[in-house]
Formats: sequence, C-alpha cells, structure tokens
Amino acid sequence: MIARMVLNGRPRELDVRPEQTLLEALRDTLGIFDVKEGCGEGVCGVCTVLLDGRPVSSCLVLAPAVRGRAVTTLRGLERDGGLHPLQEAFVRYGAVQCGFCTPGMLLTALAFLEREPRPDRERIRAALEGNLCRCTGYTKIVDAVEAYVRDNGHG
Amino acid sequence: MHPFEYAAPETLPDALALLREHGEDAKVLAGGQSLVPILTYRLAKPRLVVDINALPFGEVTAENGRLRLGALVRHHQLEESETIRRRCPVLADAARLIGNVRVRSLGTVGGSLAHADPAAELPAVMTALDARLTLASAGGQRHVDARDFFTGLLTTALSSEELLVAIDVPAVPAHGWAVEELSRRAGDFAVVAVVALVSVDRQGHVDDARVAFAGVADQPVRARAAEDALRGHEPTTERLGRAATAARAALAPPSDAFVSGEYRRLVAGVLCRRALARAVARALEAR
Repeated sequence: MIARMVLNGRPRELDVRPEQTLLEALRDTLGIFDVKEGCGEGVCGVCTVLLDGRPVSSCLVLAPAVRGRAVTTLRGLERDGGLHPLQEAFVRYGAVQCGFCTPGMLLTALAFLEREPRPDRERIRAALEGNLCRCTGYTKIVDAVEAYVRDNGHG
Repeated sequence: MHPFEYAAPETLPDALALLREHGEDAKVLAGGQSLVPILTYRLAKPRLVVDINALPFGEVTAENGRLRLGALVRHHQLEESETIRRRCPVLADAARLIGNVRVRSLGTVGGSLAHADPAAELPAVMTALDARLTLASAGGQRHVDARDFFTGLLTTALSSEELLVAIDVPAVPAHGWAVEELSRRAGDFAVVAVVALVSVDRQGHVDDARVAFAGVADQPVRARAAEDALRGHEPTTERLGRAATAARAALAPPSDAFVSGEYRRLVAGVLCRRALARAVARALEAR
C-alpha cells in the first residue's frame, strides 16, 4: 500500500506493507541509514525520529500509519549541506564516541528545546533520560546540549 | 511481525463495523506503544489491525465539573494541557511518569486503559478518580465505571467488538493530589505506584480520601481501608501513617524476577504514606 508523507521536508510516496515498521521502511526501503535500530522495542531511543515535530520510536510506529504526516530523521537537520549547530556542539564537546545513539540524542534534544528553549542542566538530563548511551556516561552529551543552549541564543 | 491487513476507518460507525465483522481477529491500534511490541514479538497475530487514529477522539473538554477525555488524547496532552493542569493536575503528574518521552508522544489514554497493564499509571489514576468510561459498539454505547472496567491481567470489560471512545473524569479541584512510584530505572514500568487524592474541610478534617495502587495485583487496587482510616479525621502524621499501614495490610502483591511480593508490600506502604502527606499538604494549601 502507498503511504504519502513529508520526509525531511520533501513529499514522498512510499510503498509499505502493513506489518512494516517506520524504521524498516526508512532503512530497508529508502536506505536512510542515519536511523539506527537498537532494542527494537521502544526503550533505547536509538531509532528516534520526529513525527510532526515530536520524538517517537520509529520501531514502534507502523509504516502505513504515517500517511499524511511529517517525518524528520537526522539528515533533516542539515543546514546548507553542513552540520546543524547542535551537531557541531556534539563534535566540539566530544559527545560522540561510537556514535550509535547520537542521531536519537540530537533529535530528542532539539524537539525538547523547541518547547523549552532555556533549560538548566537538570532539565536537559531529564529530557534525555529515555535515550541510552553505553559509551559517554552522558556527561559530555549534556555538556554539548548545555553549550548549544548557551551559544545559540535560544530564548 | 506476522502479516496482517490494515484498515484506517475515518468514522466511528466504520470502525465499529470492522470490529463487529472481525471480532477476535482484529486488534485496535491507537498509539501503538504496547500493541506494536506485542506484534513484533508475535504475542498476538491479528488478521486485521484497525488504526483508529483518524477518529475525532483527541480532545480534552471541560463541562459541568467534569473533564471529558477522548480516548485518543495522548499522554503529552495530559502533561501540557492547561485545562488538565487547572482541573485535574493528578493526571498531568501521572502522565509524566509514563514510559519515556517517545511513548508519551504517541501513547493514548484510551490505549493505556484498554491494554490494562497492572503496573501502568493511568488505570490506577482512573480508579482513584472514579472515572466513567464510554464503550461503543455497532449496537450502541454503554458506560462502565473504572472500578468495574479492569477485570484482571491485561483484561477489561471491553468485548472484542467494542471500542473505548471517551473517559469522563469528575474534576477534583479542591483535592490535594500526589502520585508516587518506584521503578527500577527511568522509563521502566513501576514496581509500585500509588495515587492519592485528599480534600480537607473547614474544620481541618479529611472530607474525602481516595487511594489507588498500581503494580500490587493483576489490576489496579483501591485502598478502601486507608480511605476509611482517614475520612473524618484530622490528617496528622500519625493518622497518615495509620492509613498507610492499613493500605499495606490489605495488599498481597505478587513476586517477580526482580522484586519479592513482601518487598512490594513494604514499598507500597512507604509510598502511600508519602503520597498522602503530599496530597494533604496540597489540600491545605488550596483551602
């Protein structure tokens, strides 16, 4: 069946099976590999995408259910072919080690900052508590988000 | 996932006709935060998934001292709605404890109630609030009180051809409230959760008290003994402790791989005392 959606700002038509998840459709059908598969049950946050601006686990969304909606993956953050300032902050602060959790961290953080532009460190930690990282110990990720909030005139 | 057919009806009659036709072979998809993992692990193999997200049940409305939640109201709406915060803040506090932010983006009130996980927050909150649920089928509508809706582990009064469409909650603006829970990690289901609602009259006596637990049995449990121990009395620390002890004494929680039933019972008593103290403090503030 055909699902029409807006993917990273562009209208797309996608041939999906009912039992396909959005994660599978993005990776297996469209080859969008900036969406990673982690636990496959909605716990780890690695497969986070934004659905109409809100973070969702793409492994817990049926592909046909996204018809008519806007899906944003990491590559949707690109600015003029370059990195988003939050991505640059992640680089600068060493918030990336293996990199597997990074797309989910970035999308979750940005969706949170849309609603709460000037959070303190505790609020940032709470906002990211649903995204697991097994390398960094989280400190540098929170550092990076904090620096981005400070340097990018949010609020 | 096993293959299935997918339908996304745009009207309630169409949805109900599908449920009547397919009965046990159909599963209703709301937020999908419980159903999709169940499908992924092949714990259910429906022939048809009925996606109800196109139905107009996503509103929170307030009328005549009641709140009406459409079954498709998402957890994040409970967290963010001004109406909820003013008229029934316990719902906002409970919603914040549900799963993770992604679950709260999509998960729905109706879905949580219909799934009836015994450790979930909203079934216990609705039990404490004496909410009334509206169930629709092709044959018409009926109303079921929350206390009669939950019938066992993941089991409710819903028949296979019925759809939960709305939840009516009596607004309790004069009640102090609290939700306390213990979970093993952020985002996990609660080991034990407790919801407390308390109102205090002009003489400083407890007017109304409602306490409900999640995680202590195969369905939400109302702590009548604790409520009786409070009603009509001054809510002193000693009195709250006595009520919490009464609540604990009435429980016989199950053990699982992580936590013994005895530990659960102990935690239930501690959380109950804390929730009552906080609810009473808020009730006194609101007077």
